[in-house]
Amino acid sequence: MAMTTTAGRAHADPHHIGLVIEHPGPASKRIVTAYGFWVFLLSDIVMFSCFFAAYAVLAGQTAGGPKGSEIFEPRNVAIETVCLLLSSFTCGMASIAADVRNRFWFYLGMAVTCGLGVVFLIIEFREFADLVSRGYGPSRSAFLTAFFSLVGCHGLHVSAGVLWLLTMVAQVFAKGFRADILRRMMCFALFWHALDIIWVAVFSVVYLLGSGA
Amino acid sequence: MPAVRTVEAMMLGKLDWSAIPFDQPIPLIAGAVVLVGILGVLIWVVVKGHLPYLWHEWITSVDHKRIGVMYILLASVMLLRGGSDAIMMRIQQAVAFQSQGYLPPEHYNQIFSAHGTIMIFFVAMPFVIGLMNLIVPLQLGVRDVAFPTLNSVGFWLTATGALLVNLSLVIGEFARTGWLAFPPLSELSYSPGVGVDYYAWSLQISGIGTLVAGINLVTTVLKLRTKGMNYLRMPMFCWTTLASNLLIVAAFPILTATLAMLLLDRYLGFHFFTNEAGGNVMMFMNLIWAWGHPEVYILVLPAFGIFSEVVSTFSGKALFGYRSMVLATMAICVISFMVWLHHFFTMGAGPDVNAIFGIASMIIAIPTGVKIYNWLFTMYGGRIRFETPMLWSIGFMVTFIIGGLTGVLVAVPPADFMLHNSMFLVAHFHNVIIGGVLFGAFAGFEYWFPKAFGFRLDDRWGKLAFWFTFLGFYVTFVPLYVVGMLGMTRRMQHYDVAAWRPWMLVAAAGMAVLTIGVICQIMQLVVSIRNREALRDRTGDPWDGRSLEWATSSPPPVFNFAFNPDVRGEDAYWDMKARAQQQSLEHGGPEYQDIEMPRNSPTGFVCAFFATIMGFALIWHIWWMVILGGIGAFATFVVFAWRDHDEYVIPAEEVAAIDRVNLEERRSLVSMAGAV
Repeated sequence: MAMTTTAGRAHADPHHIGLVIEHPGPASKRIVTAYGFWVFLLSDIVMFSCFFAAYAVLAGQTAGGPKGSEIFEPRNVAIETVCLLLSSFTCGMASIAADVRNRFWFYLGMAVTCGLGVVFLIIEFREFADLVSRGYGPSRSAFLTAFFSLVGCHGLHVSAGVLWLLTMVAQVFAKGFRADILRRMMCFALFWHALDIIWVAVFSVVYLLGSGA
Repeated sequence: MPAVRTVEAMMLGKLDWSAIPFDQPIPLIAGAVVLVGILGVLIWVVVKGHLPYLWHEWITSVDHKRIGVMYILLASVMLLRGGSDAIMMRIQQAVAFQSQGYLPPEHYNQIFSAHGTIMIFFVAMPFVIGLMNLIVPLQLGVRDVAFPTLNSVGFWLTATGALLVNLSLVIGEFARTGWLAFPPLSELSYSPGVGVDYYAWSLQISGIGTLVAGINLVTTVLKLRTKGMNYLRMPMFCWTTLASNLLIVAAFPILTATLAMLLLDRYLGFHFFTNEAGGNVMMFMNLIWAWGHPEVYILVLPAFGIFSEVVSTFSGKALFGYRSMVLATMAICVISFMVWLHHFFTMGAGPDVNAIFGIASMIIAIPTGVKIYNWLFTMYGGRIRFETPMLWSIGFMVTFIIGGLTGVLVAVPPADFMLHNSMFLVAHFHNVIIGGVLFGAFAGFEYWFPKAFGFRLDDRWGKLAFWFTFLGFYVTFVPLYVVGMLGMTRRMQHYDVAAWRPWMLVAAAGMAVLTIGVICQIMQLVVSIRNREALRDRTGDPWDGRSLEWATSSPPPVFNFAFNPDVRGEDAYWDMKARAQQQSLEHGGPEYQDIEMPRNSPTGFVCAFFATIMGFALIWHIWWMVILGGIGAFATFVVFAWRDHDEYVIPAEEVAAIDRVNLEERRSLVSMAGAV
């Protein structure tokens, strides 16, 4: 155990850069949780980007089946988009209500968010069911495969979001605005907004570009 | 009768007695041996009354050190499984000259697929993630990772994946498609059995575990550092951990998406990668390698970090060119995402595309070269101690340079057209993964073992293990380079070319030497555990270390540090020791305070339990069980979210009592050194 030598590093600033801003230490739980969740959202967006890429590759492969412009219904998509964008607003309201610990506005905000989410899901489900009944299911062509997967993946995320939302409300109902529950609420809000961002991309890449083609 | 069959199909899906390979003695006997082994251990644990201890101290533990140890244990066990596969393949290729050998093709194909899958996903990954888990919070001077319970979930999901892969040995079959399950071979029409499903679901489940670990470690490094631990004061291992986990976060979702697409093709008749209806097989290649190439660096970057720590410690010098090392690490992190196409130059993307990816692949050798020179210059003029971890590091430098050079060679597209899918390639990637990742894992294992368990590993057996593995590696894999040049392609169950035969015999002999190396490693563990009192590390600093993990006792208390260390520069602990010698290591700091720690939780284990049920049910199309598993997993999360007390307090007196013992040892050490 040679401890006799102090060779090597004797002082802190070998390059004499000076003016090192000292790191203040571990961040607060709130910061750590939100940061970690952001990282998760980024990874989720990477996953979506694969489905977007697959869609871009396969969009032209209709194999004799319908093209996008033949099956998309802009009116439905517009309603879906309005639902989601509005729900982002009401989710924001619920977050603010949680921050100021106002139960009434929190429940109201979450209820409207949930309602809008469910309406979105119903419209999407009907769109899918209608396509399948017409023989344009995901097995019909590579284009429909990619379409169902990308839009369906977003739909699954919204479904999971609704489940999370209900759990969140139940938690606040049972335990109030505890610090850990508020952190979860923050993550939920981030998740919901991220789904909106992804929907904007779905709307543009799939429906907008597809309707024109 | 048909009604009975329908009920059976509903209850059991595709599962029936034909799933058990009664006609194939090898997997059956292997499975029986493993089963007897597991049952034996379980019975021993229960009879000896260790079950409560295991449950409270390990299975439900959210302590990063415990989880790290469990990751490494999982990796070690799976290394034996993957190694057995390797031995079987080497023997097959040694005997299957102008004959069928002893392994029928469908079995041989399962073995090489399982070997690759296991070695990458269930040996290399858990080994490096285990080491990162164990050491990074200690090096950063903090009490735990960012999300301790999630950390446990991540580990147990990885274990679930490993369990499913091993289950395929006796119930059903494993994929025969190679370790990346390329379509259209892996599509339902060509692989109708459950092998590919075992492969895909176990990777999906363990992939979630890996993603969780990645998010956790990125957040830990970026947001949980002790006071004064600026980015450019972090030990190199923390930097490589950051880079590696950034890659996990960016790359693993690609694997998840790709396998999800393959599964949709297989389960619901989608057309992502089929030959029919416009599916695109090459899209699979692009997607899987957009994950697969960064994966290589996910594995090797932490190993680079380990070598940096080891070389600097055992040379008694600060790491040469620390900042260039940081830069090189981050450069590799970025460039690793720009080279994936070199895995299929033969796809026919055209000379321009191939040239760009070829050049990018060669460029990545530059930061790697920077690292090699930095390690060499760290050793230059140092007082080198040839302890076992240092031997692994030097062995790595020699071996990895050769692997890197053959890598640059196959990065040249015209050369790759000759060598694509040949044994040369097999030799190349074993050269970098064994020489880089495995040597790194072993170096880290030897180096940090005393930290984890409080005693050193036996030196003699360790050195024997190194020399046998090192020599065995060359005897096994140099012949593979040669037969690759002679035109032998990979994955051959038998062959008729006489010129290859002698080399295959040499490679089999090399495998025997490698096996002796593994036995030495096991012996080392046995001997060291027996002699643990003589090998005890009382000070917590057995190697005269430089970073903060050595500033606490071995094994560290559950809270790691009684006080959050205050870092003033690079090589934080080295600095502290230097200063302490003048100040006789008194801790002038504040009084001991209560410490809050996260409570243990069975969430991870219960989650994995349901994930196992769900995975198994999905593989065998038992839909009611899938739903049951899903509900169970969701319920587990809700129960976890519902608990009211997620932390407990260790009172200041207890902290003081634990800390003083170690402080005394350290003081006596410093005063001894001061007297000299």
